[in-house]
Amino acid sequence: MTVLTIRDLNVVFSTEAGPLHALKDVNFEVPERRIVGIVGESGCGKSTLINAILGLLADNGGVTGGSITFEGQTDLVGLSPDKMRALRGERISTVFQDPMGALNPVLSIGRQMVNIQYRSGLSRAEKEARAAEMLELVRIPDARAALSRFPHQFSGGMKQRIAIAMALMMEPALLIADEPTTALDATLEVATIELLKDLQEKIGCSVLFISHHLGVIAELCDEVVVMYAGEVVERGDVRSIFNDPRHPYTRRLLECDPARQSSRTRNLPTIPGEIPDLRARPRGCVFRPRCDLAVDTCADPQAERDLGGGHQARCQKAQGLTNTMAELGAAT
Amino acid sequence: MSDEPILTVQDVQVTFPTGGMVNRSSILGVAGVSLNINRGETFALVGESGSGKTTLARAINGLQDISEGEISFDGGRIDTLSRRAMKPIRRRMAMMFQDPVGSLSPRMTVGDLVTEPFRIHGIEGRNLREETARLLSLVGLPADFASRFPHQLSGGQARRVGVARAIALDPALIIADEPTAGLDVSVQGEVLNLLNDLRERLGLAMLIITHNLHVVHHVADRVAVMYLGRFVETGTTEEVFDAPSHPYTAALLSANPEPDPDKARERISLPAEVPSLLNRPPGCEFHTRCPWVQDRCRTVAPMPEPIGTRRVACHAPLAPGARPPGNQMETA
Repeated sequence: MTVLTIRDLNVVFSTEAGPLHALKDVNFEVPERRIVGIVGESGCGKSTLINAILGLLADNGGVTGGSITFEGQTDLVGLSPDKMRALRGERISTVFQDPMGALNPVLSIGRQMVNIQYRSGLSRAEKEARAAEMLELVRIPDARAALSRFPHQFSGGMKQRIAIAMALMMEPALLIADEPTTALDATLEVATIELLKDLQEKIGCSVLFISHHLGVIAELCDEVVVMYAGEVVERGDVRSIFNDPRHPYTRRLLECDPARQSSRTRNLPTIPGEIPDLRARPRGCVFRPRCDLAVDTCADPQAERDLGGGHQARCQKAQGLTNTMAELGAAT
Repeated sequence: MSDEPILTVQDVQVTFPTGGMVNRSSILGVAGVSLNINRGETFALVGESGSGKTTLARAINGLQDISEGEISFDGGRIDTLSRRAMKPIRRRMAMMFQDPVGSLSPRMTVGDLVTEPFRIHGIEGRNLREETARLLSLVGLPADFASRFPHQLSGGQARRVGVARAIALDPALIIADEPTAGLDVSVQGEVLNLLNDLRERLGLAMLIITHNLHVVHHVADRVAVMYLGRFVETGTTEEVFDAPSHPYTAALLSANPEPDPDKARERISLPAEVPSLLNRPPGCEFHTRCPWVQDRCRTVAPMPEPIGTRRVACHAPLAPGARPPGNQMETA
């Protein structure tokens, strides 16, 4: 079963300068017990996508087409606020970049962890036991005592682990993690993704993991969705995306990662040009103005090309772009 | 170019008061660090959030009082200067802040923003229109951007405006706090290439604060690794990356996630509990997490000792390629 199925999703914001097409024909799935990563630069629509899933789009924005099916039956598009509220925090939970934003600074950790179990029907003692159990699960030392402490008494990495414990307390079907490791150093970043992986297996939930850190995505995720200017340009299992990328944007993006430059260079590769104005999308392929492989027919509407094994790329040349990243690396 | 360092930081400490009337005490945010930066050199500060990187940068810029030590800039001591006397120094020592859009006033045009430094410092007799054109062309933005507002800029363009503001008054040193945080890899490359190009053309020195080790590897001449407000290892980037001597540096480098899902990862795994600044461990402050910990580490604080170009604060510096004792190596 798929936990989340997004079909032809379109989101438009009305702005003074005209309608802004923030998400266009977005398709992807989050299967059960899988970690799906979304990569894309600022402004590619990652946050809009999360807000659309959670029913939290700003007042000037709305879903103009498509569906977001949760657990095979509920369409989250147009779901009443009451029903949405019943899902959020219980079946779908979130972890954000800044754990301080998720924790109340004037309440003890234990109080907050008990409060969010208000729908559980457990007794206070049971709720406290459950909170301590979750803190142990995210490896907070001396969990019982930690319940009486306040957020500022924990380090950044611990706060993020507490936020993860809170998000997973109700054993949701889907955890949405938006850049949860960006503020951490490499040792804590790795510890946090290993913890996430571990908990995901224990709880058996799915994770939608958003990051622009390609290394973290490669390490954590089973499947990857690459977004550019509000469109999904490529998706597939993690090995296909990193070893055999078929969309020119994905290929350029991977080439740009300084981690791929094995020798030290002062001149890092870049993708010339800018993301298009989403109020005036280019015709056809959205990457066309910056693509060095573009031909006239790229101005026609582009369908996703199926490359087998769930690997899809929205580029008419996808089938032909078969030289691997290793070969590309050797050529540059 | 003279050999005299443009910036010298000697045994600097920064303390923050904490507690109330009864239990008044203080914490050491920066616990005695020394560095010097030569003209035309790029120096990187690495460490997790809360390790004191930004506090040190603020101290250098005079935005934060220091409690011990000396800071000299361009041959003169600056930590003792009054706010008023510091102002002309700041012309030559520019700060680039983390949040590119947040550091630009939303109601000023790009033209006003890049020439604001002239107005703040009361510099007259310049043709501001010409200066705007000169600065925009230096950072690679079209001249007609002068009439745009910050919300009309992409993340990369906003950083370029930030760079233009930083170089407006011909500084000798740029302090860049996480200059590429939140940027995707392609735009990150653009910003780093731009900074590097300006460093070469204008002979700037640069202090870059980041926790992206891949970035450090490509752009920095020398690097300092910070842990709980102290430098545990400093040296040329090549030496530090090739053969880290301090266990924390070795763990950081081994943790660095790489964009290759099949890469065999050999990691030095550290307990994720970072000690609190309120309760610094005795002896070597890294001993609570160090896989190589010895008895004396628990009681005697190591002093920085020279190893090659480096200075390493460790009782038992690692041999190249050292593996931790016991089972603290993880292969994933």
